[in-house]
This record gives sequence, structure tokens and C-alpha cells, in this order.
Amino acid sequence: MADAAPTTDREQRVLGIIETARAKRPRFRDERITMSHGAGGKATQTLIEGLLAPAFGIEELADAGEVAGTDVVLTTDSFVVRPLRFPGGSIGELAVNGTVNDLAAAGARPLALTLSLVLEEGLGAEELRAEVDAIATAAESAGVRIVGGDTKVVERGHADGMYVCTTGIGRRDPRAALSPGALRPGDRVLVSGPIGEHGTAIMLARGELGLEAEVESDTRSLWPVADALLEAAGEGLRCMRDATRGGVASVVNELARASGVAVLASERDVPVRPDVAGACELLGIDPMYVANEGKLVACVAPEAADTALEALRTVPGCERAAQVGEVRSEPPGMVLVDTAFGGRRVMDLLAGDPLPRIC
Amino acid sequence: MRFVDEFRDPELGRALAAEIASLAEPGRHYKVMEVCGGHTHSIYKYGIDDLLPDSVELVHGPGCPVCVIPMGRVDDGIAIARRPEVIFTCFGDMMRVPGSEGSLLDAKAAGADVRMVYSPLDALRIAKQNPEREVVFFAIGFETTAPSTALTLGRAKAEGVPNFSCVCNHVTIVPPLRALLESPDLRLDGFIGPGHVSTVVGARPFEFIPADYGKPVVISGFEPLDVLQSIQMILQQLVDDRCQVENQYRRVVPYDGNLRALEVMAEVFQLRPHFEWRGLGFISQSALRLSEAYADLDAERRFDVPGVRVADPKACQCGEVLKGVIKPWECKVFGTACTPERPIGTCMVSPEGACAAYYNYGRLAREREVV
Repeated sequence: MADAAPTTDREQRVLGIIETARAKRPRFRDERITMSHGAGGKATQTLIEGLLAPAFGIEELADAGEVAGTDVVLTTDSFVVRPLRFPGGSIGELAVNGTVNDLAAAGARPLALTLSLVLEEGLGAEELRAEVDAIATAAESAGVRIVGGDTKVVERGHADGMYVCTTGIGRRDPRAALSPGALRPGDRVLVSGPIGEHGTAIMLARGELGLEAEVESDTRSLWPVADALLEAAGEGLRCMRDATRGGVASVVNELARASGVAVLASERDVPVRPDVAGACELLGIDPMYVANEGKLVACVAPEAADTALEALRTVPGCERAAQVGEVRSEPPGMVLVDTAFGGRRVMDLLAGDPLPRIC
Repeated sequence: MRFVDEFRDPELGRALAAEIASLAEPGRHYKVMEVCGGHTHSIYKYGIDDLLPDSVELVHGPGCPVCVIPMGRVDDGIAIARRPEVIFTCFGDMMRVPGSEGSLLDAKAAGADVRMVYSPLDALRIAKQNPEREVVFFAIGFETTAPSTALTLGRAKAEGVPNFSCVCNHVTIVPPLRALLESPDLRLDGFIGPGHVSTVVGARPFEFIPADYGKPVVISGFEPLDVLQSIQMILQQLVDDRCQVENQYRRVVPYDGNLRALEVMAEVFQLRPHFEWRGLGFISQSALRLSEAYADLDAERRFDVPGVRVADPKACQCGEVLKGVIKPWECKVFGTACTPERPIGTCMVSPEGACAAYYNYGRLAREREVV
């Protein structure tokens, strides 16, 4: 007969050592920036926690931060996307919504934006005009004003047509008492709708995959969503996150780590549109790691969960909002998922970009 | 999703798991090897091992195309990629595999034009779009991906694309399995056969496993129910005292394989006398190179490559992991010096690699409850 099962004590000890190593603040030791540093996974975390946050003397480099002694919340972001226009949106619309959403997720009512356009020599005036219009329209529908900005032109080959950098300012909503470290065992994790649409739309729009599906980006302002949650859950609302690059899985990992709790997600409860699920299936990518540009992840106290979910579902576009997980105490800093098939596994941050499978 | 969800039904999964538990002889410990990295990935992704009784242990085999690439080959690839006239193309996973001085991703950050492609045909398209550059495709994989490389090379030759060439690292599945079975420290009760490879080579090439080594083989699909059913079929063979090649993946795998694909491969490739496998050493007649008729398209002949054998890092135990002798977490550097962000060994790179799969998905001891 074959050998007996290996002792789980030893395995347990190895896992313990790994957890200790992972809990430490990562050090930035890379020789060069690679594309992995921009993917929203572990390499990004190393860049932020190992280099930027310590240099600026802050705990974390959050998407938005409060000006001390005021209720003013500031955020800044840059937008680089290829192609500039894609089904469901464009870089201009993305720039406004992305900035508004960082404020909304921080519990701040967006007030105004400034923006800087970095334009590549040779960009067609029509394309530029279309993006300027998209910016104006998105700002109007999000209820924010563009109050200033800047333009720069760089030589051909130095930008993918255009880059947009934005700064947003908002006022912390008096109902908001949010903190990424506020998660408690028993809290519920909600998402505001089907996930993975933006990233899938972009992958398909690049036309490199030879796949066709009518998937549109979900870019939208999340302030109405945040507003509904603040109203319904009040102090029961612990924290919100805009699940952009790295997807819902990365956001939930960040929260579990910041609060020193575990999150147990339920794959079966995660809303995913069939065409998104199909495209991800073909590519061997998990939609939990695919970018969104209009989906909020919210953690709420158990007693507020039902009301919050109900309120969420009344917001147009959030009809399929769902509870997707629960906060637990052990193992701290880890996210686990009960797969739709019935097994349980870890759902970690990715090392870099999610890559299509080879075979 | 139709035609997919049917193979992921949790109730049927539980029923199969119960059947496996009832087939397992009390007091006996079963070790079953899944040969293919795709199975390793499925097993962790769906939490299949979580459903199995403790007495059934899955051992991860050598069938991950990225994991078996030795450092010297990566160095050869990087040497070509660094040439200013070259656009170097490869599958995404390959970019993170460490060579002796960094990976292709590092070479890219340092200025090499390295591009990820989804298919060798994409590389050929890039060659046609950039006639002034040399476009090189770094081909990896077992018989699963070899036909698409062969097809691409055939097209490049027919269309006369002078600036396209290929570094061929294609390997074959049978020699490493035979090497594995010859290894004295191996204790296995049966094999989950590689489904994707078998779509090309068929079930026939695996007949030597029951015939010469007395181990059952069940060729399996990649959905969770496929894998569970294959395990059940292996245990059923053991209970019945049978030993044969069975085909669970009949919906895709014909017994004789895909004859057209095998023909194209035979035309474009020839066997290498020997080839180095990461952690497993040199295995004779285990890999493919371009045949004489395609010598013009062979990047190894077109460019000067170091061609130096680079020893695996001392601390790395990829070889033992690939042979299933140790579990990923038993490697000395697992999870500490070697992580998916900073891999030392190839098994930590690809999502199909045993170490990466265990690190990303399985890092949860069964006894450790979630509370």
C-alpha cells in the first residue's frame, strides 16, 4: 500500500510561516517597473505599501483622503486605456466616473473636478472633440462641475492617443463613518450588480482574441449607489470600495487585510452576466478578478444587511445587487470562497495581470 | 452557461464524492496522479480535493507546459528577445518564468520588444504587419499546442513570410511518464490521464502504463464532475482488480487521436535526440524540433543562442514536485523565498503549476476551520 497521509501538523506549520511572511509590510525590491506593477495585484501592493506609503508617512495610499480638520475629501487618478472608445463608454466618460466613484466610495458627495489632458501628436480633432463632449456629458449627469485643468502635448509614440488625469473634490457625507479597518465578524459583503463587464468589454474591444460578444463597459457614477447605502444602512455601513482593476476579489482581499478578518465568499451568489461568464470561461479568467467601472463593494453590519440590499436594488442599474459573502474572524487577512461546485478554497490577490490559459 | 453548468452540478459532485468514499477500502491510502496541469488547476479552482475523503490523495504530475521549461531555454529566448531587430512573442505565462538573469517580463521592462500572444497565428500576423522586423515565436507545450504551432509554420512557409521564425520547445507526454514510472521513489495507485493531450494523441499511447507498470489510467475531462468521475473509475478498477486505459472524456477524445493533427506535426517536427526538462533532467526523445524541411524557420538556427545548460537553483525542488515525490508545501523555499510574485521555480509561475495552484487556492489546511 502507499504511504500514509503526510502529517497535517507540518503542513500547518509551513502555512503559519507563510501567513506571518505575508502579514509583513512588503518591501519594494524590484529593479524596474514591469507591467505587473500596474495590474492591481500583489506587485501593485508592493509598490504602494513598500515605496509610496512609507515615503509619505501614511498607512495606506487610499484612492481618496480627507484634508485634516475639514470634511473635504480629495482624490486623484489617471486614465490610460486602449482603445479610447469601447462598447459602453470611452476614456473621457471613464475619467469623470472613475474620479467621482473614488469620492463616492469614500462616502463623499462629489462636488468638482479638475482635469489634465495629455495629448499625443497626431491625435485626430474629431476624436478629441468626442472625448471632450464625453467628459462634459458625464460630468453633467454625475452632478459635478469641471472647474479647471491643463493640457500638454507629447510627441507621437509617447501616449496612446490621449491620457487623462483628474483630481476630484468632495464633501464627506455626515451619514458616513467608513473605514477599511472597520469590518467585524458577521458583517455582510454586498456588490451592487453583475461583475466583470468593463474588463471584459475592453479585452474584447482590443480585437486580439477573435471573440465577439455584446459586452458593454459598466462605467457610471456610483454616487447614487453610495447615497442609497448611506441612507439605508447609516452607521451600519462599514466601508465601500469601487471594484476597479483587480476586480471584486482584490478589493475584498484589501479589506480583509486592513481589518485583520477573514471573508468567506459564495461563488454561487456572485452576479455575472452570461456573456461575461462565457468570455471569461473561454479565456480561463475568473470574473472575480476582472475590472469594473461601476460596481461598488460594500460591507455592512448584519442587522443592516437586508435593508441595505433592498435599498441598493431600488437604484436603477443595481437590480441584481447581491450579498456575496460574510466576514469571519479566522483565518485573519484571508479571503476564502465556497465554489459553486461545493468545494472551499482560497481567493488571493493575483501576482500580476490575469492571464489567459495556454491550453 | 449551457454545456458547462451540467458538468459543475454540486449535487452530482457530492454523490460522486460519496461513491468514491464508499469504494475506498478502509485503512488504505490511495495516491492518484493527475498528469496534466489543467487538471491540477481544475482541482484547486473548484475545490475538488476538499470533497474527497482523506484517504484519497491527489499527486500533481509533470504536465504543465510552463513548469517543464529549463532555465537555459529561457536564457536562449531572452538572448533572442534582446536583439534590436526582434519582436519576441510568447504566451503570457511564459513571460514570468525566471531565467538565470530575470524573466522575459524583466527583459521587456529593460527595453526588449516582448509581446504576449494568444495563438501562434497572432505571432505570424505580427510578422506580416512588421516586415522590417524579425518576429520570433517561443513555442511551448505538449502535443496539445504543438499542432497549432505546426499549422502556423506550415502557413508561414506556404505564404513565404521571411521574417518569421520559431523557437521550438514542444515536448511529448509519454517519455516523462515512462521516466516517472521508472523512478524508484514513486508510489502511485493510478493516473488521471491528460485530456487535452489525448484529443491529439488519443488514448492508445497510454496503454503501456497498465501493460508494463500495472497502473490504471483514466483519461479525463477538465470539468469538476469529469475529474471526480475519473477518480471514481480508477478506484472502481482497483476494487474490481482490473487495470486498463479507460476514456472518461469520450465526448472529445477518440481512441486513435486526431490523425490530421498528427500528420501536420509529423511533417513540421522531428524528435530531438534528448531534451532537458526542468527538474527532471535530460530525457531522450522527449521533445520536438523543426524538421529539415522547416529548418529556415528555426530561430535556433537563425540566431546565435547561448545554448548553455543552466543548473536549477539549489534551493528549488521543482523536480521532486513535478514527480509528485513531495507536495508543494514540502519544498524548502515554498511560500517564503518562492512565491507567485517572486518565483524561483517554474511550478510557482503558471496557474497550472502545482505550487502556484496550491499557494493561490489551497493554502488552507483542512483542519483549519473558518470561524
